[in-house]
Amino acid sequence: MTTTTTPEVLSFEEALARFDPTLGLEVHVELNTASKMFCSCATVFGAEPNTQVCPVCLGLPGAMPVVNATAVESAIRIGLALNCSIASWCRFARKNYFYPDMPKNFQTSQYDEPIAYDGWLDVEVDGETVRVEIERAHMEEDTGKSLHVGGATGRIHGADYSLVDYNRAGIPLIEIVTKPVRGTREQAPAVARAYVAQLRDLLLGLGVSDVRMEQGSLRCDVNLSLAPAGSEVLGTRTETKNVNSLRSVERAVRYEIGRQAAVLSSGSKVVQETRHWHEDTGITTSGREKSDAEDYRYFPEPDLVPIAPEREWVERLRAALPEPPRERRARLQQEWGFSDLEMRDTVGAGALGLVEETIAAGASPAAARKWWLSEMARRANEQGVDLAELSVTPAEVARVQALVDEGKVNDKLARQVFDGVLAGEGTPDAVVEKRGLAVVSDEGALAAAVDRAIEANPDVAAKIRDGKVAAAGALIGAVMKEMRGQADAGRVRELVLAKLS
Amino acid sequence: MSDLIRRTAAELADALVAGETTSVELTQASLDRIAEVDSAVHAFLHVDAEGALAAARAADARRASGAAASALDGVPIAVKDVLATEGLPTTCGSRILEGWVPPYDATVVARLRAAGLPILGKTNMDEFAMGSSTEHSAYGPTHNPWDLDRIPGGSGGGSAAAVAAFEAPLAIGTDTGGSIRQPGAVTGTVGVKPTYGGVSRYGLVALANSLDQAGPVTRTVLDAALLHEVIGGHDPLDSTSIDQPLPALVAAARQGATGDVKGLRVGVVKELTGEGYQAGVQQRFDESVQLLVDAGAEVVEVSCPTFVHALATYYLILPAEASSNLAKFDAMRYGLRVLPEGVEAPSAEEVMRATRDRGFGDEVKRRIILGTYALSSGYYDAYYGQAQKVRTLIARDFAAAFEQADVLLSPTAPTTAFRLGEKLDDPVAMYLNDLATIPANLAGVPGISVPSGLADEDGLPTGVQVLAPALADDRVYRVGAALETLLTDRWGGPLLDRAPALEGASA
Amino acid sequence: MPDISRDEVSHLADLARIDLSEEELDHLAPQLSVILESIASISEVAADDVPPTSHALPLTNVFREDVVRPGLTAEQALAGAPAVDQQRFMVPRILGEEA
Repeated sequence: MTTTTTPEVLSFEEALARFDPTLGLEVHVELNTASKMFCSCATVFGAEPNTQVCPVCLGLPGAMPVVNATAVESAIRIGLALNCSIASWCRFARKNYFYPDMPKNFQTSQYDEPIAYDGWLDVEVDGETVRVEIERAHMEEDTGKSLHVGGATGRIHGADYSLVDYNRAGIPLIEIVTKPVRGTREQAPAVARAYVAQLRDLLLGLGVSDVRMEQGSLRCDVNLSLAPAGSEVLGTRTETKNVNSLRSVERAVRYEIGRQAAVLSSGSKVVQETRHWHEDTGITTSGREKSDAEDYRYFPEPDLVPIAPEREWVERLRAALPEPPRERRARLQQEWGFSDLEMRDTVGAGALGLVEETIAAGASPAAARKWWLSEMARRANEQGVDLAELSVTPAEVARVQALVDEGKVNDKLARQVFDGVLAGEGTPDAVVEKRGLAVVSDEGALAAAVDRAIEANPDVAAKIRDGKVAAAGALIGAVMKEMRGQADAGRVRELVLAKLS
Repeated sequence: MSDLIRRTAAELADALVAGETTSVELTQASLDRIAEVDSAVHAFLHVDAEGALAAARAADARRASGAAASALDGVPIAVKDVLATEGLPTTCGSRILEGWVPPYDATVVARLRAAGLPILGKTNMDEFAMGSSTEHSAYGPTHNPWDLDRIPGGSGGGSAAAVAAFEAPLAIGTDTGGSIRQPGAVTGTVGVKPTYGGVSRYGLVALANSLDQAGPVTRTVLDAALLHEVIGGHDPLDSTSIDQPLPALVAAARQGATGDVKGLRVGVVKELTGEGYQAGVQQRFDESVQLLVDAGAEVVEVSCPTFVHALATYYLILPAEASSNLAKFDAMRYGLRVLPEGVEAPSAEEVMRATRDRGFGDEVKRRIILGTYALSSGYYDAYYGQAQKVRTLIARDFAAAFEQADVLLSPTAPTTAFRLGEKLDDPVAMYLNDLATIPANLAGVPGISVPSGLADEDGLPTGVQVLAPALADDRVYRVGAALETLLTDRWGGPLLDRAPALEGASA
Repeated sequence: MPDISRDEVSHLADLARIDLSEEELDHLAPQLSVILESIASISEVAADDVPPTSHALPLTNVFREDVVRPGLTAEQALAGAPAVDQQRFMVPRILGEEA
């Protein structure tokens, strides 16, 4: 809305003094199946518009859906990993509403018969375990994507027309809905974030989704309501859409707590509505009101037959699940030799999977942790994105460390290599090549530089000859300066000491 | 009129094998006949002379090289305009799809092409198959070749009339509540609704997904069996398709044509006779039953008490499914786009509303609104939910009846063809036409309608319906063929020989 | 079974995105009432313990392998579109939530 006035927001502390927040999270996960939910079209991200479409996903008259077996299997595996019961019999239903990016004007989804229900996920916040109960995980299909043209470009309001690409229409989605999460108090924002982070790790571990929040393959809606402190009754909730990074999840919860508290404190009522999260300003604004008139007219999809997963199939999938996150964390901590604090920091930064992959690519645990939690974390923070969204892969981090270990670059140069990789200049090796970052390993050139440094600093050289090895630093510094940092400091030291011994 | 066009498809196939004719010759004969009479009959919405002749030439080439694609290779066919045909307009009889050319073939159409049947064109129908008279076509009604002032039945009046008027030896229809069988009855032709799932629905523009079936529209039972074997069988693109081989339908039709029905148990459904059925229709039906008895069948009366609720059940399930199916016609991706009058820079939603108002006819709007109502949250259990339960009861009635009888018999339609316009604005009276045909769709069982004669009071065709248990399509062919033989023997020739000669507009 | 009012028909037409004129409402509402009346019998037929039938034949677990097959080209996909721009379906401005 263009008429947005900045709403009153109570401070977080003040809000919590008066109210108890109740959280609910709805996460949509795009599965990484090769083909779509109900047709054989490809699902490649970023393809040319309307090139991954067919009569089925375009909703052409006469076309009929056929369920993707792998999508069902992924849904069951997600359900099992979330400790859910798996339905012995369930169906797809049609959710009827009109929207131009939905080709059939109904979404094929699951209604009162989800494939997985009644589960839980334990998340850790500040060293404490909070159990988030899962209400359901169900299968559905994604919609197309609209580009709004004219007016304020990209915004739906004021647009003159829209352009629709149906490549995304029909990509399998799993919607995971929590039960209301109560009693988390001041931890509510952190719990929300930890839940999404852990869910992401779990899905990554299952290998069922790319879980790239920035590409929309994991999307989060945050439900939040406030009740007077100590009250048993739930307040009116809002549903905040478009919360598409871990940081945003935390910020959106914090913001809604403050906003709703201000509304309630002023004697007004919270309106049950959809709200939109604005990453740039860090606030939510009012969207569409959830009216009672919304009537989706669900009924069982008559073009599909029921799904009745055989018990043996489910048990086979259960047996083949990757280890649960808690066990996995314990095992990795032991394997890597991390302290509790190091482990907590790694998990908290959403870096567990990244560190694991970096180690798998050849880096030492300490090096992997160092890069992700210091250098990468700083950059992610600067860019306001999550670690996983940085355009650098664990394999690239491992390669940079290998370059360091091989003496091809030093730590300082390594940072410049990352600059290049993040700027899209190519692989670490390519960046070293292009930017000319390799340390000087030409012994002749180094020796000459060392000689020049000795000549220019006779008194320092004399001290070293007298056995004051600590003085070598000044000569090494001089050599490094001459070499513009592109020398292996260790080798320089060796040369200096050898010449002055 | 060329003699070729009066021959059955089976005879034409034999003539092609014998080299007495060519596919091009008989396709051209059909096209000539269409040119001659279709301005009066209006069975076709689109004729594809060029495409049909090209397919005919290819068929002749295959024959010449001894590699016929199927028994019916080269025999031309007409296709109801509700099936998607790549490169050929597909309108479903609706303004909202005017000019739409699908980029793909329905499985049935793909199988016809693969089997070498030249497609003459697309036949007229009630808009989105909603109707029993073809008067709800946005492109004007089809006329019954027996009396051009009368309806040809519906929704597949175009396919039935095309076959009855000798414009095509074969046609494809679709049957949701009787749209193949009832037009067959009132035009003196044969129509088969296969077991639900027996013929792929992929590419059939859905009216009511859980009821729709495509099937053969022909002049003889054997022709229907030949066509059914071409289009039937499992299709992985249709999740509701039966993954089993078809029974031997042609063999069943040939066996039945001997007229031998000894030991056959025929059930006459009490609820589908008597009151509400025109005297002449009932009379021809009773005679048909007697002929079977005379030929050695045993007749039992069976009761299917829930059938009296079939019509109501149908008119809840169908509109509910249809209202959702037809939501996709919204002016965004294909078909008509109407800008509302007097609205500057209309929104997508306003364009949808205006287009759907202009693009849909009255009957479609009635059913969409009825279906929207039946699915509304406050009414779902009372209507759609309840209708689904009654469906179970109807299936149970069938199961009980098939314990007493091998097949069930009834008149196909309660009356002969009525006059155009007579019931157009009385939806309930129109719906009653499907009284006897609807139960089969609700239970998914197969049925055939074969001509049973002419009603004494108006001299118009009547039909008898044979129903069999699900998957036993061979039985409807066997008994249908037996009836056909017994009746044709009695008449001294096919019923259609008694139809008045059509005076073509161009003749 | 209740009669269907003119207002109710108007609301349903709204849900179904059909812009019915006043005349059409006058015409359709009474017809719909008659139709509803004729199907009213349904509500008392089946007992609570009767299971619903949504499919004529009881099939389950019909799946497709997760294999990509070629679909339509963009040109084919867009061929029937009322308006096209930048290889996308061009539609009138969409009212709704802010994207």
